[in-house]
Amino acid sequence: MLLTFDRVQKSYPGGRPVLRDVSLSLDRGQTLALTGESGSGKSTMLNLAAALDIVDSGEITLDGVALSQLDDPGRAALRRTSLSLVFQQFNLIPSLTAGQNLSFHARLAGCHDPDWCAHLAQRLGLSDLLDRYPENLSGGQQQRVAIGRAMAARPKLLLADEPTGNLDETASATVLDLMLALVADTGAALLLVTHSHEIAARLDRRVHLAGGQIA
Amino acid sequence: MTLTVIQALASHWRTHRLQLATLLIGLALATGLWSAVQAINAEARASYDRAADQLALGRFDGLHNPAGPIPLSRYVELRRAGWQVAAVLEGQLRVQGQTLRVLGVDMVAYPALPAVTQIEQSGTPPDPADMLTAPGRLLTTPVLKPLLAGQTGLPPILISDALPPDLILTDIGVAETLLKKPGEISHLIILPDQPGSIPPLSTIAPELERVPAQEQLDTAQLTDSFHLNLSAFGLLSFAVGLFIVHGTVGLAFAQRRGMIRTLRALGVSMRRLVWLIMAELSMLAIVGGILGLVLGFFLAGALLPDVAASLRGLYGVPVSGQISLQPQWALSGLAMALGGTFLASGHALYRLSRMPILSGAGLQAWRSAASGSWVVALAGVAAIAGGILTLLLFGGLVAGFVMVAGLLVGSALVLPYALSRVLILFQRSAKGPIAQWVWSDMRAQLPGLSLALMALLLALAANIGVGTMVSSFRLTFTGWLDQRLTSELYVTAATDQQGQDIADWLNPQVDAILPIRSVELAHSSGPLFLYGIIDDQTYREKWPLISSSERVWNRVHDGSAVLINEQLARRENLWPGDTLAITSADTLTIAGVYSDYGNPTGQAIVSMSQLDRIAPGAEARRFGIRVAPDRATDLAQALRNQFDLPRRAVVQQAAMKAQSMQVFEKTFVVTSALNILTLGVAGFAILTSLLTLWTQRLPQIAPIWALGLTRAELARLELLRSVLLAALTALLALPLGLALAWALLTIINVEAFGWRLPMYLFPIDWVYLLGLTLLAATVAAALPAARLLRLPPADLLKVFANER
Ligand SMILES: Nc1ncnc2c1ncn2[C@@H]1O[C@H](COP(=O)(O)OP(=O)(O)OP(=O)(O)O)[C@@H](O)[C@H]1O
Ligand SMILES: [Mg+2]
Repeated sequence: MLLTFDRVQKSYPGGRPVLRDVSLSLDRGQTLALTGESGSGKSTMLNLAAALDIVDSGEITLDGVALSQLDDPGRAALRRTSLSLVFQQFNLIPSLTAGQNLSFHARLAGCHDPDWCAHLAQRLGLSDLLDRYPENLSGGQQQRVAIGRAMAARPKLLLADEPTGNLDETASATVLDLMLALVADTGAALLLVTHSHEIAARLDRRVHLAGGQIA
Repeated sequence: MTLTVIQALASHWRTHRLQLATLLIGLALATGLWSAVQAINAEARASYDRAADQLALGRFDGLHNPAGPIPLSRYVELRRAGWQVAAVLEGQLRVQGQTLRVLGVDMVAYPALPAVTQIEQSGTPPDPADMLTAPGRLLTTPVLKPLLAGQTGLPPILISDALPPDLILTDIGVAETLLKKPGEISHLIILPDQPGSIPPLSTIAPELERVPAQEQLDTAQLTDSFHLNLSAFGLLSFAVGLFIVHGTVGLAFAQRRGMIRTLRALGVSMRRLVWLIMAELSMLAIVGGILGLVLGFFLAGALLPDVAASLRGLYGVPVSGQISLQPQWALSGLAMALGGTFLASGHALYRLSRMPILSGAGLQAWRSAASGSWVVALAGVAAIAGGILTLLLFGGLVAGFVMVAGLLVGSALVLPYALSRVLILFQRSAKGPIAQWVWSDMRAQLPGLSLALMALLLALAANIGVGTMVSSFRLTFTGWLDQRLTSELYVTAATDQQGQDIADWLNPQVDAILPIRSVELAHSSGPLFLYGIIDDQTYREKWPLISSSERVWNRVHDGSAVLINEQLARRENLWPGDTLAITSADTLTIAGVYSDYGNPTGQAIVSMSQLDRIAPGAEARRFGIRVAPDRATDLAQALRNQFDLPRRAVVQQAAMKAQSMQVFEKTFVVTSALNILTLGVAGFAILTSLLTLWTQRLPQIAPIWALGLTRAELARLELLRSVLLAALTALLALPLGLALAWALLTIINVEAFGWRLPMYLFPIDWVYLLGLTLLAATVAAALPAARLLRLPPADLLKVFANER
């Protein structure tokens, strides 16, 4: 197993429990869609898997590493080397060019491969846009850069939180196609949060979150 | 309606308390530093005036009898012969264990005493007759009033602020009774208007000695220069504070655009809004100004004892080390606060008033306006060029200040652009992804930080400029003292014969006796004082030659060469190798030029035999005595006893030198305190900018955190960013500061005082300043960094939350 949630509980300060008892596992190379109503805790789950936040109880294991055993630097190292993130807001670094953004994560992780980046840029249709700053790119282009940034580090796990939520239909389709193709090519596992049943249907598995539990 | 609008406008400050605090603190710091400098200057000036007002002692020549008091008959003879002199009787009076100086002056001959004038201005003019007829009046300072009021048998007391604190001034008749010295005269003052044909002193009163007005060190010009520059410093501190005000007001206005748009849509006219905002700004300015006055008052109070001590050393005049709160000082401080606030917010107000009801740009426009675009940089270059051009075209002190102002403002405007270019260079050469991000991010943050960095630039430039100026000034002064005061004792004999006797008596007991002999010659370049010296190690070792040719002293002593002072050299463009025509018959080669500050006249030095040849019969009454310093005091006393010399005939210059040096150590304390404070203000400006940027900062940091950097790493990078920007600014401030120092020393000083101070560089001070700057930047960034360090991940995660 690449990623497991074992009876994970999580609540935010001053709020009701968001995740009550979540158990889940994801195999290497597998793609999984996480659906649920707004506020059901999908992003919370994803953030926990990304070692961005810590569980209240239970355990999350990523690639054999129990996340609760890691300290802050350990979690940061894990984020750098084992997984990649794609957000709905793209969250590119505004002061760097598209090209610099694309290779940023890989360079941070110390596994920068210029050929691979060039290949990614070419496949994502970004080759002519690499010198532009994010503010001069369309949403779809920005998200493609974000996907490139995520895949450049050859992660074992790709976490995507509604990656097409801010895009129109055509752009959504392109972005999703590219992402799934790249995931398939590199053998990465994918955990994708989405509202869309259509998108969910295109993935290997699908789980629904409701009432703080996997339904 | 007005009330509702005010409530709406004021609600902004309720939700932005930090901004309000920043604004008020900025104003308070600006006003505080400015008024502290003003208070110190005013108090120091008042003390100088009081010292000078010591009944014209400093301003007019006097007649002294080296042998003791002047007989009344002499005074009468002089007056009969047409000499316009006023009699003075000096003495000491002990009242309740305290020694007070009593100064009796002939008020009929010299009634225009400043002290009396001041009482007249105060609204209760004394009847001149009261002053003169029994029992007379005593003039004294408010300080002594309680002491004297308790005494019986004293004449009525009048209060004057124009007197030194330990002095009682009265008519000479009253003084005679008080001091029990009937018919005695200590010395005479030579009044300024003398008739054309009066018999020379040598025929009418040969035993009297004419003492020139400024026989003591003439430091007036030096101190004036010091105060001018202190004022410039105060103004700069003020400007630095205004940058904070400008920054916060600009941001507050930008944040309130939405509200103002709504108010206008609801039917409030722009005119009314502008008036209300101006009223609001005035309120803030007054509150900030009052805080600043309080700050300035305490600051001046804290610094003034040092200044007072300086003055005591400088003039030997007790100055009250307490600052008095004067209404005009407070008013001018408030006026500065108000004027400064409107100056700093004028642009924002103007833009607000021109804002169309339906316009989108808010914060974004504000940020881009402050950005380092090349247009702003061009305006800066224009300001610098304009200043230089003004100086070249018009010259003069005002043009000098315009040049300095243009230089400072222009450089501040160029700064963001220059920094941005430097950062691009760094970014290009950056290897790692983090370095690349840090440089590019710094550049992206520049617009929001540029005002604070401009303030830092000005503060640093002021520090370097004024620091260099003051240090150069001190070195100059030290050199000057060393030149003037090489000997441990200075003796003035009554006659040449007594001079010879003294020299014979001293000869076996001292290391060297250096006769000080000079004559005033009429030279084509103006009056020229020609000095003769004997061959002594003292000169060879100590004389401050700024330019010399080979074997300079040997050539002077064998009579073939002359030394001249810097004033003469610069004025006539005469340097070693040139010749000086001392008289029409005597032309000597110039072997060296020595520095000589504090007097405008030309001087030349030849060997003693040359002096006797060129101007036979020069008086030989003054000597410098070289003796082991620890013996100086005893020897001075022995000399006075042996030859029955008055106190002033034997002066221990070593003590005087130490005292004078102390003055500058003290003034140094004042400047360095101001230095640190100005830097503190700039540091505060950085802090407020960083806090202002904080809300926009998270969205930029969160993705980097998500990509695998810890908050601790990010906090360190935030610190580094602030320190790097400050360091870069400091590097750019160095040339600016030196340019400022150069302008102060060679333009402002020359225009204001007619002579030029050499510029010395103090690299150690720069290192110290850089350290201080980095410290200030670290402290300023520490708060946001600490916030980041403790930030819960949940807050960072909000950045990624899906709702926009
Ligand atoms: N940083 C936070 N602090 C406090 N409460 C939070 C925080 N983030 C999320 N929550 C709360 O936790 C709950 C789950 O939020 P989460 O973002 O995981 O939902 P979601 O399923 O991703 O919803 P959406 O589909 O709208 O993105 C919500 O009730 C939300 O209000
Ligand atoms: Mg979500």
